[in-house]
This record gives sequence, structure tokens and C-alpha cells, in this order.
Amino acid sequence: MSGKRWVVWLPLCAFGVIVAVVMWGLYLPADRTVHSAMVGKPLPAFTLPPIVPGKPGLSDKDFRQGKPRLLNVFASWCIPCIAEAPQLMTLKAAGVPIDAVAIRDTGPAITGFLRRNGDPYARIGDDATSRLQLALGSSGVPETFVIDGRGVIRMQHVGDIRPEDVARLQQALAEAEVGAE
Amino acid sequence: MTAEFGLAALWFAATLAVLQIALSGLALRRGRDDVAAAMRPVAIVQGALVALAMAALIACFLASDMSVALVAANSHSAKPWLYKFAGAWGNHEGSMLLWVTILGLAGAAVAQFERRLPERTLIATLGAQAAIALGFYAFLLFASNPFARADPAPADGAGLNPLLQDPGLAFHPPTLYAGYVGLSVAFSFAVGALLTRDVGPVFARAMRPWVLGAWVFLTLGITAGSYWAYYELGWGGWWFWDPTENASLMPWLAATALLHSVSVLATRDGLRAWTIMLAVVAFSMSMIGTFLVRSGILTSVHAFAVDPTRGSFILALLVIYIGGALALFGARVGTVRQGNLFDPLSREGALVVNNLLLSVILGVVLIGTFYPIVAGAMGVQLSVGAPFFDKTVGPLALLLVAVMAAGPLMRWRRDEVGAVIERLQWPIAAALFASVGVFVLGGWIGVLPTAGIGLAAGLAVASVAPLAKRNLRRAPLTLWGMVVAHLGVAVSLAGMAASSAFTTERLAAVYVGDPVRVAGFTVTLDGVRPVIGDNWTALEARLSVREGEDAPFVLRPQVRYFTTPVTTTNESAIATLAGGQLYTVLGALGDDGRWQLRLWWKPFVTLIWLGGAMIAAGGALSIVGHQRRGWMKRRRRAEMEWYA
Amino acid sequence: MRKFVLALALIAAPVMAQRPPAALAYTQLPDPAQEAEARALMATLRCLVCQGQSIADSDADMAGDMRALVRQRIAGGERPDEVRQWLIARYGDYVTFDPPVGGTTWPLWVAPIVLLGLGMLVARASFRRR
Repeated sequence: MSGKRWVVWLPLCAFGVIVAVVMWGLYLPADRTVHSAMVGKPLPAFTLPPIVPGKPGLSDKDFRQGKPRLLNVFASWCIPCIAEAPQLMTLKAAGVPIDAVAIRDTGPAITGFLRRNGDPYARIGDDATSRLQLALGSSGVPETFVIDGRGVIRMQHVGDIRPEDVARLQQALAEAEVGAE
Repeated sequence: MTAEFGLAALWFAATLAVLQIALSGLALRRGRDDVAAAMRPVAIVQGALVALAMAALIACFLASDMSVALVAANSHSAKPWLYKFAGAWGNHEGSMLLWVTILGLAGAAVAQFERRLPERTLIATLGAQAAIALGFYAFLLFASNPFARADPAPADGAGLNPLLQDPGLAFHPPTLYAGYVGLSVAFSFAVGALLTRDVGPVFARAMRPWVLGAWVFLTLGITAGSYWAYYELGWGGWWFWDPTENASLMPWLAATALLHSVSVLATRDGLRAWTIMLAVVAFSMSMIGTFLVRSGILTSVHAFAVDPTRGSFILALLVIYIGGALALFGARVGTVRQGNLFDPLSREGALVVNNLLLSVILGVVLIGTFYPIVAGAMGVQLSVGAPFFDKTVGPLALLLVAVMAAGPLMRWRRDEVGAVIERLQWPIAAALFASVGVFVLGGWIGVLPTAGIGLAAGLAVASVAPLAKRNLRRAPLTLWGMVVAHLGVAVSLAGMAASSAFTTERLAAVYVGDPVRVAGFTVTLDGVRPVIGDNWTALEARLSVREGEDAPFVLRPQVRYFTTPVTTTNESAIATLAGGQLYTVLGALGDDGRWQLRLWWKPFVTLIWLGGAMIAAGGALSIVGHQRRGWMKRRRRAEMEWYA
Repeated sequence: MRKFVLALALIAAPVMAQRPPAALAYTQLPDPAQEAEARALMATLRCLVCQGQSIADSDADMAGDMRALVRQRIAGGERPDEVRQWLIARYGDYVTFDPPVGGTTWPLWVAPIVLLGLGMLVARASFRRR
């Protein structure tokens, strides 16, 4: 080993690299959110049955009508979904069409949820086994997707919509409108 | 009062660590022998004080003293006493205190028992040990005080994570830590030897029992942790390549390489620089492992909290200790006289290849564990898990097993190809026979499992071969140690390969009274009833299991509901039978009134942990053997002096 | 007795009732060869809402739905690798514990070979020429 002087410094160099990596992990923690790789791609084909009486189910064709829409992934058993309900109502009041997909949920539970927290949705599809959720690359509830008038996914919002997120979503909707023309 | 007493003990221990460093500096620089004489008592008292601090923390937990913030945050008065006791280290601060306690006790043990190391190297070693302890005392006192008071004290505590409420918590962390921190002794020895430039067989013989001791604990800790995860997580997996498991595997790989290279240094005076390097790396991996787990920068079920302040503190300590030791190595190792060189085809040669393979595996595990952070820095999210490690570590480990089989059958210094092959004919025959036999009886089960079973058979035969034609009662204990440990590897490997290839899984939804069949067993759900525990309620299934015409036996898997904090855990019920284990888990109740059951028959799975225990037992035999040999030598010398 | 158990199960269940898990989340495919393929694939897919567990070892609802998806697609005649690619197209490489060889992962995959070469260089220094 004495023949190669540089070899004895290799362990120190390797340790230096480890320290650099650990510092990176410590001070610039990577974004742990799992982002969908479907943004920029068309919605996959799907047809979901209705889940509450009087409200139609949901299919990909509903998103190809020329106007951008929001697709909200939610569930009545999800607490942050209650937190984002007022923001969805604000968006609805601003004239944004919102559809929803209910994950692993039941009709009565949804009815109760909408009675308590308001009903911003035009349609609600029943996704009992997360089928659409997985096809969208969504990894939890709530998540919200901006879909343009040709059915292309333009943006994904992970987690509940906070009041400060409303403007961003509206801007994405406006851009989707321009882009789709 | 108890908390303040513990805190005071910790401060006194830290003060003594400062004194110990100062004494060691005085003795080495000024050659003050009178000062050197004080080193041993100071180290022993320091160890006793930190042990008192740990005892004080345990007393706070046992008394459910909720005015201590740590107790309030991690305990609950309704918890069974065992988890109050073990809960003392089921959290960040307590686990760090346990870590430092073992560090202090290891230093005290060196001061009390080490008689072979040259005096100057011993003084440098105790100085280095105190320097490590001081850093972690500072971390506890300034950034993670376990004795901080909560004001006002809450009425009761928040409880302990129910996944940790298991007898495993009482055994697994202390054992693992004894292994992790026991390696600090080897680290301090290496630093001491680099400072005094005294590396040779005497040094190696002094270091060997400490390395072996730490390695035995580490082996036991990993084995116990694996079994704990196996029965607690409820899916029958026993190794997940989770960052925390990797963090315990890396020091073990380094320590395994170290205890082989230290043998070469002790008997053949070779691999001097390499042994020093491994001693530094082994404890460095322990510290990096602890840090990995505690900082939470790697997603892991074991992370207690993500905290950049504490993380920075520990990172600074790591840079000082590991960076310092590696820099000292780079600067000083050139002045360590080169040891003997070897013939490639010799026992030393095989040991060098063993070290090479262990180090490469260590490197692969290290890179695989850290790579997701590197990728994250490049803006890419990716996961590195079992498939990567199976593909890379798997073949390397099997190669290592082949070398393990051949090494002990080679001669020291120099051997001949023909002679080695002749000695290996029975192991090779056994390997071929087992592989072909598995193929004929069980069909094609894949490359790694087939090779694994074959190599396990070959290694088993090769391991006991050194005992052939010997008088077993006169064979030295150290030889027995090696045989048992190597045989343990064969047993464990056979268990891994066979259980991964031949496990039968049965997932079923059943009404009460319905029989389910899994691998030759008929399992019937007799009923489900509620059970009330100390701090949980549970649904418990009664399963009667019948194999052929034998009398049935009963298994009772549970789903437990905890309220502080709110969690559900699966308590699997496992029957250990001659050929393997029947593993049963109770799942959810469906809308149609049927219960989910998960049943596995895992043939030979028990061998995995039996092998682990054998490996540790082999290490223990080896320690006893080496100590006895030293003791006999001293007695013979004393007798000769008496006759003279 | 049975009624009491049911009542207890209801009390102990999550506060807000959910649908029972998907059909193939906790049941197996009838064809053992297909089930073995699905099982091997599941062990290499990451549960997205857990901490570093595969969907084969997780009690999370979403892991159950992913298991059901894998089993359905395998039963529908897809190759395991096609199912993996389908998931990667949605979740990126994060979803697989078996990182595909590519622009950002080649250092990971060549590391074992580089380390082995480096190790042999170092080891050679301790051997005497014959």
C-alpha cells in the first residue's frame, strides 16, 4: 500500500462526499411530495358511476368540452378535505367548474360531507378502489388537477387548497384556457 | 430530584472526560508517569457516572414522573412497567443517553481490564475514548437534554408508539448499541496506535477481544431486530433493506472484515494499515448509522424526528471524529512499518479476498442507501430497495461464502492449487448435490436461491472439515468458535434461500367455522372475541390448526387498538414447528361478515435467526478461547519463574 | 357474542367509515403462476403513502388498492414489466425500488464494479509476486 501514496487519502475523500450528501439532505431537504408524471398528458380514459343521488357520475369525456375544469380528488373520511372545502366554494363562486372523484367512499357519507361542508361539485365519480386515482398518478387525498378544454392535465396541486393557493389555481385555469384554443 | 441528580451526574461525567483528555495529553507529551497512573480510575469513575445518569432516567420513566418533559412526551402511566423501563430509550434523547452510557462503560472496561496494550498506546486510547464521549456529552447537555422539566407538568403522558411496545424494545436497542459503541474501543485503539506508531501483533492481540465482543453484540442485535420486525410488522418479511437496517448492517460488515484482518495481524503480522483503516471505518459506520437514523434525512420508520439543529451538531461531531481519524490515518499510516506480504493462494490470501468482498459489499450498501439523496439533489425522485441490493449484494455475498468455505482449508503462507482442490472435494460435492437435489425435488427456484442452498451445503461441510481427524476434546476453543460461526452462516443462508423460495402464502376471507388450507395445514377460524390488555383492547381470533392426522393446536392472532397514541397494530401468531413456521395474521371484517386471514407457511425460516445466534455464539467461544490461551500462557510463565 | 364483537369492531374502526378494501387487495389470483408474478412485482413497488415499505408489506389502504391493480392487470394478461412501466408513467421512478438504468442512475449501477476493481488494486498491494 505504501507504493501508492494517494490511496491512503481515499477514505477521507469518500467521507467528504458523504458529509456533502448529508449536508445537502439536512439543509436543502428534497421535496418529499410525490408529483404525478401525468401533467402535460391527456386524461386517461375512464367512466365512473355516480355515488350520490341526483349528481351525475364522471368520465373523461366530461373534460373535453372546450372549457378548463378542476378535478378534485377527495373523500369524506379525509380531514384536510374539510379544510379545503371553503376554498373550493370560493372557486365555485368565481365560476370555476369543479368535478370530483370520491376515493373509497360511500353515498351516505358523501351526502353528509356535502351537507356539512358545502357542495362545489358539478359531478362526482365513485372510485371505490382508487382506480382513477392511480391512473392519474395521485398519491393521496386531497389533490386537485387542472384539466384544459381538450382533456389535457395542466397542473397538479398536492394537499389541501389553502386560501393562498386559490389565485394560483385560477391563473392555471386561465392559462389552460389560452393554451387550449 | 431524580432528574436533577441524573443531569448532575452527566455534567460530572463530562468534566471527567475533559480531565481524562488533559491527563492523556500530559502523559504523552511530557512523559508524566504519575499522571498516567490516574488515567484508569478517572475513566472508570466517568463510566460509573454516566451509568448513574442512565439509571436516573430509567427511574423517572418507571415512576412516570410527568414533570420530566421526555417522560411526558413518550410515556403514559397506564403502560406496563416493562415498556416504561424500555421506553427510556424508545425516543431520541433517551437513546442518545443509552449510546453515551455504553460508550462510557466501554471506556471504563478498557481501563479496568486491558493489560496487554503497551502503556503509551493505552493512554492515547483512553484519551481518544474520552474525546469521543465528550462530544456526545456536549450534544446531550446542550442540544438534547433528556432531563429537561416540563412546566407545567401535564396530567399524563402522550404514550409510546405502540409498534415499540414489545419485549423486543427491552433487548434489541441495548444489544445493538453495545455492538455499535463497543466498536468505539477498536476506533480508539487505532487512533492510539496511530499516535504512538505502534502497530503489530501485540496491538492486534490486545484489540481482538474488544472487536469480537462488539461484533457478538452487533450480530445479536441485528438478529433480534430482524426477528422483531418479522413478527411485529405482520407481513412475514425479515429484512427490508430499510435505511436503518442498512445502518446496522454497515458497521457489522466492517467489523466482520476487521475481526478477520486483526487475526491476520495477530498471527502473521500483515495487513497493518488495512486493520487500522477498518477499525476507524467500523466505528465511523456506527456513528453515521446512528446519525442517519436520528436525523430523519432518509425516510425510515425508525426516524424519531427531523431536526436540522441537532443534525448539524451531530454532523459537526462526525466531521471532527471521523474526518480527524481519517486525516490522522492519511498522515501517519506511511510511517507504520509495512507488514508481511502474502502469497495469493494461502489462508492469508483468502482472508484478504474476504476483506475485499466485505468492503465492496459495505460500499454498495452505503451508496445504495445514500443514492436517493444524491438523486434528490439532481432533482430526481427515486427509490433504491430490495431489488437493487438483491442484484448487487446477492452475488457478492455468495462469492464471499465460497471464499469462506475455502479459506480455513488453506495453509498459512503458501498452498498448492491441486492440494486445495483435493481438500475441497467434499464441500464441492455437497454443494452440487444440494443444488441438484433442490432442483429435482423443488423445481427451478431461480439462480440466487439455488446457488444459496448449494453454497450453504458446501459451506456447512467445509466449516466442520477443520475438525476432521482431530481429537475434538483437544481442539482449541478458538477453532470451535470459527467452526460454529461459519456453520451459523451456512445455516442462516440455507434458511434465507429456502424460505424465500418455498414460502406458501394464503390470503383468505372466511366465515367463522370455515376451514382454509395452506401447505398441508387446515386452519379453521373458531371465533373472534374481544380481549382487554393493559393499555389496549384487541380482537383476538382463535384458529385451530390441524396437520394431517395430528391433534390440532391453537393460534391466537390479534388486532390491537391503542388509544395513547391512537394506533392499530397486528399481533401475528406464529407456530414454530420442526420444518419451519406457520405465520398467521387476523385482518379486517368485511361487509359480508367474513374475516380476512393472512396465512403463511415458511419452511426453514427459523434457521435464519438460529444461524445468527450461532454466529454470535462462535464469536463468544472465540473470545473465551483467546482469553484462556492468554491466561494459560501467563500461568506457565509464572510456574517457570517459580522453578527458576 | 357475535353481535358484541361486531359492535366492538365498529367502535374501534376509524371514526369515519370507509369502503372495504378492493377485491384483490387481500385475496390471491386463482392461477398460482400469475399470483407468483404479481407477488414478485408487488415486492418491488413502493407504497406511496408509507415510509419506505413495499406494497407487499403494507397495511395502508392505498397499498391495498395498488395490490389489487397489479393483480388485475397481471390477470388481464399483462407482463409484470408492463405493469411497472404503467406505474412509472404515472408516478415516476419513485414508485419502483428497482431503479431503471438511465441518465441519473448509472453511477449507482456501475458502483459495485468500480468498487470491486478498486478493491482488487488495493488488495494486490498486499500480495507477494510468485
